[in-house]
Amino acid sequence: MTDMPISTAPARSLYAQDARTKKRNRAESRFRTYGMAAVATGIIALIVLLTSILGNGLSAFRQTYVSFPVELTAERLDPDGNRNPEEMAAVTTFGYLPILAESFAAHLEAEGIETEMGIREIAAMLSEEAPAQVRAMVLANPELVGTTIDAQILVGGRIDGYFKGRVTLDSAERDRNVTPEQLMLAQELADRGMMETRFNWEFITWPDASGSRPEAAGLGVAIIGSLYMMIVVLVLALPVGVAASIYLEEFAPKNRLTDLIEVNISNLAAVPSIVFGILGLAVFINFMNFNQSSPLVGGLVLTLMTLPTIIIATRASLRAVPPSIRQAALGLGASKMQSIFHHVLPLAMPGILTGTIIGLAQALGETAPLLLIGMVAFVREYPDFLSTHSNTFPLMGDGATALPVQVYSWTQRSDPAFVERASGAIIVLLVFLLMMNLIAIVLRRRFERRW
Amino acid sequence: MEGSNMNDMSQFDQGVAVDTIKMQSRGVNVFYGDTHAIKDVDVDIADKTVTAFIGPSGCGKSTFLRVLNRMNDTIDICRVTGKTTLEGEDIYDPKVDPVQLRAKVGMVFQKPNPFPKSIFDNVAYGPRIHGLSQNKSDLEDIVEKSLRRAALWDEVKDRLQAPGTGLSGGQQQRLCIARAVATSPEVLLMDEPCSALDPIATAQVEELIDELRTQYSVVIVTHSMQQAARVSQKTAFFHLGNLVEFDETDTIFTNPSDPRTESYITGRIG
Ligand SMILES: Nc1ncnc2c1ncn2[C@@H]1O[C@H](COP(=O)(O)OP(=O)(O)OP(=O)(O)O)[C@@H](O)[C@H]1O
Ligand SMILES: [Mg+2]
Repeated sequence: MTDMPISTAPARSLYAQDARTKKRNRAESRFRTYGMAAVATGIIALIVLLTSILGNGLSAFRQTYVSFPVELTAERLDPDGNRNPEEMAAVTTFGYLPILAESFAAHLEAEGIETEMGIREIAAMLSEEAPAQVRAMVLANPELVGTTIDAQILVGGRIDGYFKGRVTLDSAERDRNVTPEQLMLAQELADRGMMETRFNWEFITWPDASGSRPEAAGLGVAIIGSLYMMIVVLVLALPVGVAASIYLEEFAPKNRLTDLIEVNISNLAAVPSIVFGILGLAVFINFMNFNQSSPLVGGLVLTLMTLPTIIIATRASLRAVPPSIRQAALGLGASKMQSIFHHVLPLAMPGILTGTIIGLAQALGETAPLLLIGMVAFVREYPDFLSTHSNTFPLMGDGATALPVQVYSWTQRSDPAFVERASGAIIVLLVFLLMMNLIAIVLRRRFERRW
Repeated sequence: MEGSNMNDMSQFDQGVAVDTIKMQSRGVNVFYGDTHAIKDVDVDIADKTVTAFIGPSGCGKSTFLRVLNRMNDTIDICRVTGKTTLEGEDIYDPKVDPVQLRAKVGMVFQKPNPFPKSIFDNVAYGPRIHGLSQNKSDLEDIVEKSLRRAALWDEVKDRLQAPGTGLSGGQQQRLCIARAVATSPEVLLMDEPCSALDPIATAQVEELIDELRTQYSVVIVTHSMQQAARVSQKTAFFHLGNLVEFDETDTIFTNPSDPRTESYITGRIG
């Protein structure tokens, strides 16, 4: 085609890298190595954390029960014989203890299981919670009195620990709370299929239990408390935060005062959370006389803590919306409000949601401020948060606790079984956080699809 | 091209006698902070006329265009002095709500800025917020008519629900034109509407501008001398924030009175 000669022998060949290129490439590969090392460290840390928590905590979701027939003798449980639950309530858990002990011992004998232990020692294998468990069953259904029921009875924490590998025959020698004989009996019962370790919904639904009965401690109250507080935070912090951000970002004049407010909001986000606890204590409890450790107070404190996070995230995502969109709307004769609500806000929505969920997740995991407003209190009963009977404002009445506070208070207890409980609670907390992040992702997808 | 040019001029000559002044600016100055962007400009925008603003880049054409619908209000550091009227009413009067003004004085921006919504919603937005349609089919009519006028209908009629941001640059600009036309403004300000368009689309937009002239006033900023000559009846030449010359397009291009105008249109400054 062409007669032109091809120029050969270039002054600088493309095949050989010159010194500068080599240096550049070396720098790049170095940087990549650093990056991969950083990511790998993070992943290893995560794996170690997860394995340790899962290893410690998964067993909290399994609990050991023994099944045997319990004879609910009428003479002891209902002396008057009229099956009136109110009168039967006079029989305390101490009245149920001998019934359980005797039924258990009688069952062992009937099954032909021999043991040198006395009835006291045999009964000590059962959880201290067991009599209360049976009592609640009876009071709920008085017709059971006088019959023999097949009951699944919670066994003590040490026996449970034996099946989870926490307690061994050796350690039992040195333990005042359990004897090797009890463990051997438990093993035999398990071999015969009378004692089994099964999935334990009660860990999620039951309230906390005292330090001597870890096997009965559950997260129910803490989950409800956390849930109510999250609702309070969401209902208060999201609208207030978004409204404040829109005002500051779109309407407020840019002057000294707004600059000052801006600096203060950024600073508030960095204030240690315990300071918010002190504030809540001073303002809501001491000054406004709200009930200590009520979910409303907890929610208010967490709202104060979450607001700066939401405001900062919202303002950032409002600022990220290109100004040309606002101009387009204004140029068509839309009012400022219309341009913001029709065009800017939908575009900023994914960012706002992400910020809100991060704020909520922070609030969900927050312990320090809640300790200060008294949430560390041991809550044995399900609180009546909605106050159906009393005349207090909903969420203002009974004291509550929250998931992280429950973790904290369990780690304070001496019985090693609570370590397992605390790790189990952390797993629940992590699952909640995971779910919140999932919700965030789903919502973000939905909003992004509508551009 | 010469022919059509002459044709336009003669049309203009007939129209000038009945033309009334739609917008009038007297002694307008615009400052961005300390930058004096527009210096003491007087302009009359005649009704049912196309007025072209020409001048080198950065001379203040867009700035002055934004004076006419108070879009400068949205720029914090921008300050406007002087008097500008629309049909005798001072648009900078404190009683005037700029939102109402912008419904009458529409704008197409220099850079295409469709909403990140569907093509239909882009065009329907103005009619919706101003309540221009009684029902859905009314709205669909407005959208179709506007898209046709902007020479975009044939390309998008099958995908009205597709995102407006997914169109090509030139299509986006025509979408913005359709969007502005859909609100039926009395004055339409167009900031380089054809800078991203190919010659065919440009010709279509110019046709639209010519058609709009029968009902509205159009102000168009352009860097193309030929375009100014083709579509406009009046031309204003800006230079360094000053209005150097404002006259009938014919006169500006054939017999400019200022030497700066002459050097610009012959390509010696700019
Ligand atoms: N938002 C702003 N802030 C500060 N200065 C601005 C702003 N917009 C424009 N200017 C300045 O005002 C002057 C006029 O700008 P303008 O955009 O009106 O020019 P133009 O004639 O439209 O130019 P072009 O043809 O390149 O679009 C320029 O010097 C520019 O730097
Ligand atoms: Mg411009």
